[in-house]
Amino acid sequence: MSSIVARGVSMVFPTRNGDVRALDDVTVEIPDSHFACIVGASGCGKSTLLNIMAGLIRPTAGTIHVGDRPVEAPGADRGMVFQSYTLYPWLRVRENVEFGPSLKGVSKTDRRRTANRLLEEMGLTEFARAYPRELSGGMKQRVAIARALANDPEVLLMDEPFGALDALTRAAAQRFLTDIWEQHRRTIAFVTHDIDEAIYLGDNVFVMSRRPGRIQEIVEIDIPRPRSLDDIGTPRFAELKHHILSLIFQEMGQDGGEPERP
Amino acid sequence: MSTTERRDAPASVPPRTDAGRRPGIASRYLTPKEPIPRAVAVGLALSSFVVVVGIWAILSYGGFVREFFLPGPWKVAKALYTMFADEGFARDVWASFYRIGIGFLVSAAIAIPLGIAIGSFRAIQAFFEPLIAAVRYMPASAFIPLLIIWFGIGNTEKVAVIYIGLFFPLTLMVADVSANIPKELLHIAYTLGASRWQVFRKVLLPASWPGVVDNLRIGMGWAWTYLIVAELVAASTGIGHVILSASRFLQTEHIIAGILTIGALGLLTDAFFRWLYRFLFPYAERVGR
Repeated sequence: MSSIVARGVSMVFPTRNGDVRALDDVTVEIPDSHFACIVGASGCGKSTLLNIMAGLIRPTAGTIHVGDRPVEAPGADRGMVFQSYTLYPWLRVRENVEFGPSLKGVSKTDRRRTANRLLEEMGLTEFARAYPRELSGGMKQRVAIARALANDPEVLLMDEPFGALDALTRAAAQRFLTDIWEQHRRTIAFVTHDIDEAIYLGDNVFVMSRRPGRIQEIVEIDIPRPRSLDDIGTPRFAELKHHILSLIFQEMGQDGGEPERP
Repeated sequence: MSTTERRDAPASVPPRTDAGRRPGIASRYLTPKEPIPRAVAVGLALSSFVVVVGIWAILSYGGFVREFFLPGPWKVAKALYTMFADEGFARDVWASFYRIGIGFLVSAAIAIPLGIAIGSFRAIQAFFEPLIAAVRYMPASAFIPLLIIWFGIGNTEKVAVIYIGLFFPLTLMVADVSANIPKELLHIAYTLGASRWQVFRKVLLPASWPGVVDNLRIGMGWAWTYLIVAELVAASTGIGHVILSASRFLQTEHIIAGILTIGALGLLTDAFFRWLYRFLFPYAERVGR
């Protein structure tokens, strides 16, 4: 297991109308085995930050460390789950889960054992031989999480993984993810624009400011675990939500921006 | 893209205007985007042919158009029979088929790898794409006189015409297919530990195949057009040649029989590619138009 540390990360995208500064000197430390949620208005660079952690984008300045190793390229130690359904349509569910281990040349029996165990945890055993198109959106994301876990990564990077799900499926997926996290205890960086989701899931919520993205505040979520639906109605939950929202709104009010609808 | 794609999703019910009344024909078959029973669909498809043949029969047998210009369906059917039975038309059909087959295979064999490379690698795209895009606008039929000087009027020339007509657009369409593979599919593979070569071989290639086969099907349609044009200009065998000779002898029914044969062969190759698509890609959503 490992912590994720970003130090002084800046990202500038050159465009035709001049440079766009997406991230400005972002420093984040997600301790080992913590569940960190990153929230902010759309365009604040939260997905960019996650892609930099994954090694998919090279930052203009700054460094990322996972554990004590610097991140220079994508690697199997950092599993990723995207918002869009990224299962490989030509592979059956089980083959999708086995994809990472098969790249590393893990033997067929070992691969199969890992996949079967994960699919059972995900409640997808009976769909092992199905193709992704036969699954609902929620099931697809569970397979995507299983696929990331099959590599036994040190950290999980999740970019609005439940953003495309309807409200009910989404609530189920959130509970499911907390269960999985309790069992596997990975360090998770979870990007979302849904404040409720961030509070329900996270140990910490990193609130980002609008472009150029900076970490505005780190809000510690002191609601004890295991959390349940009942926590969402509590005054403490409402208080935290109000605090985070006001951080975002206060920031937006300055230039008349609109919040992204969850 | 949510739960609507589950296979157990019930078909939606078309809205009823008057409660209690049985739905009329319009609401049963003409609700936008609602499916209709398969038997009805097949019946409608068949009746479209019946309607066309019917109008044709009325025009010719009713004496509205002189037989010389539009012989009746029965006369064309008889002509088709004599062509196959007495005039060795099967040899011409085979000659055309052979040319299409070779021209198509040679084009595809080069266009598919080149197209995928262009769609995948910016450097290769920068080198090839402008050139191919320019050549694409030179009609293959304009090359026929040149190709006759180079190769004569035999099979080589026909294959060359098909090749020129097919290769350039097919390459660009295959390039489009691989260029449009969502980047997330590649990114996920990298985060699962794939090397660049593994990403190409295990993600980009399999993700491209369905689109490639679909474009081959469309390319087959062009191949028929170019072949017949080439055969009409100069040939000693082939369906186009038969049509042209029939025109010289003013045998209208032979011309129409030849055209119908091309249509039937086109349908056949199209059906083959649709079958191939379903056979190779059981996981895919559907075949395009």
